[in-house]
Amino acid sequence: MPFIDAIRLALAQIRVQKLKSFFTLLGVTIGVMFLIAVVSIVEGMGSYMEHDFAAKLFGVNTFELRRIADFSSGNISDETWREWQRRPRIRDTDIEPIISALPPGTLWSAMGQDNVVMQSPYSRPRTLPAEAVDGQYFQIRNLEVANGRLISPQELALGSPVIVIGKEIAEKFFPNLDPLNKTLRLGGMPFTIVGVAVEQGSVFGISLDRFVIGPLHSPLRRIVNPAGVVDAIKIKTAHPADLVDAQEAVRSVMRSRRGLRPSQPDNFAIETSESALSFWTAIKSKLVIAGVVLPAIGLVVGAIVIMNIMLVAVAERTREIGIRKALGARRRDIMSQFLVESATLSTVGAGFGIALGLAVSQLIAATSPLPASVAPWSIVAGVLVGAGVGIAAGIYPASRASRLDPILALRQE
Amino acid sequence: MTPVTETETLSNTAERQAVTATHGAVPGADWVIVTRGLKREYDMGGEIVRALRGVDIAIRRNEYVAIMGPSGSGKSTLMNLIGCLDTPDAGEYWLSGELVSAKADDELARVRNREIGFVFQTFNLLPRASALHNVELPLVYAGVPADERKRRATAALESVQLADRIHHRPNELSGGQRQRVAIARALVNEPSILLADEPTGNLDSATSAEIMKVFEELAARGQTVIMVTHEADIAAHARRVVVLLDGMIASDEKAADYAARIERGEVHTTH
Repeated sequence: MPFIDAIRLALAQIRVQKLKSFFTLLGVTIGVMFLIAVVSIVEGMGSYMEHDFAAKLFGVNTFELRRIADFSSGNISDETWREWQRRPRIRDTDIEPIISALPPGTLWSAMGQDNVVMQSPYSRPRTLPAEAVDGQYFQIRNLEVANGRLISPQELALGSPVIVIGKEIAEKFFPNLDPLNKTLRLGGMPFTIVGVAVEQGSVFGISLDRFVIGPLHSPLRRIVNPAGVVDAIKIKTAHPADLVDAQEAVRSVMRSRRGLRPSQPDNFAIETSESALSFWTAIKSKLVIAGVVLPAIGLVVGAIVIMNIMLVAVAERTREIGIRKALGARRRDIMSQFLVESATLSTVGAGFGIALGLAVSQLIAATSPLPASVAPWSIVAGVLVGAGVGIAAGIYPASRASRLDPILALRQE
Repeated sequence: MTPVTETETLSNTAERQAVTATHGAVPGADWVIVTRGLKREYDMGGEIVRALRGVDIAIRRNEYVAIMGPSGSGKSTLMNLIGCLDTPDAGEYWLSGELVSAKADDELARVRNREIGFVFQTFNLLPRASALHNVELPLVYAGVPADERKRRATAALESVQLADRIHHRPNELSGGQRQRVAIARALVNEPSILLADEPTGNLDSATSAEIMKVFEELAARGQTVIMVTHEADIAAHARRVVVLLDGMIASDEKAADYAARIERGEVHTTH
């Protein structure tokens, strides 16, 4: 039986019995739809995490020295947690030795961050995160202003009470007003707004425009960090190749300053965008499991339905099988005819599933903060899964058909 | 095939006895069918039915043979065995010099495809396929490429005067036309034997005569034809008549001799 003929026969069968085919294909369609939708959302988040997140939130060629890593994957034991709590903090006095150990052209920024009560005459007070920074913070984050200006190096050095705010902060505290040169009170102290940053957008529905940045040496410092302590030192190398060298330089400076023996582990964390991404990888693997289990249920149901439909088809077409056998069809000819038929049936179902899955993922992307990006491999996988389910479900009915005794089959009315 | 005269096509009794006598011997090339002591039993709910009890038949190429017998005589069983749809419990069946009684399922499928053209009482056309596609089927299973398949199937339909019906489905054709499609399908692979099972059983007498004419023309062109029937007047179209009774051959003679015996009232044709 030529392949094309078998497919044509199967498609004709679907056309003739539209309603029956609809129910037959429902399981496979739903299974593949879930597969496509879940995979495109996982892919969408993945490409967001790997591109936008690494570049926007963390910065490329960038790492941070912290007391405790911001992002951690997996469960942390109580013991580890206690060890982290015992770690010494990063101090102002660490900054200078670290900077001097870095390769030339490397950017750095010491920073502290905390939630702070903010207040303006135009709005009720709210508690929102504020950052106190030093060094080349704006260059590292590639942050630019839409309005006004950035904080100047002199202001950073002097600790002037000036701030750059995000768009959302501007809208919250100065609705329909130009916030430039107006005062925002942070922890009760007045700060002058010198710039409003370019809109950053959002990740998973969380706004990236909700920030206030002031100089580390300004009064903001005392609000966000204890005296003499910083939360992190952020370092960006000029070239990707310098990243590992710079990390090692920082590590050896810190180890010698803290007098750690070679046998002792680091009592500080060096975090790159990759270590932040490992946190994402951990979530992703769980999402992928969900993305496999949900469609699998649909596909198993689909396979059972297709198997039943094929058993009915074999029973209905017993005489046809007898005729074909009398004319010289071998077992494998009959077998492949029914396998191609069930695979075609199932692949058509998968085709509808792919179309619906694409529609669903676009719908989710449009109506929720979850990004969606269609992975071409998931479409190929959908087609293969469809054909595979059809073949698996068709094996038993097809083998029954191929074993029919031609004499009995021809006698069938 | 060159036209042959009636005397050439008939094997005589002595020759037939000689070729069926020695078990294991390969028959000569002009013997298309030789069976030796063919036996077939069925288990019908604990009761053993001995459908064939040792049948020796020898048929030369170009013969036109009718196999007759009342219901339960074993003629359907014999037809299934000759058509390679079934295998005997004992005995030998040689088809075109090949011992087919010992063959497995898929080998039998190949033999059916190459050696046998079936014509059935109920036509047995695929209802959803066109006449052309129905006739193409044996070529499909023979692995003939699509364009050659189409050409040969069209030619076969033309030879049964159905050139203008090739795209019709069976339900758009009359009974006689359907049977002619079936004949075209049976012949498209140029089989050694055309095996017809009650070919006129579902046709009115005018159409039956038309189909018998087709068979006669085929036989005249040298096609070996074996026809299973229980109707004496249909059997009379053949040149040789084999009558089965209770799983054994009751008589095997020229059609003319058989007709003469009926005339004399020596044979009961009703059953």
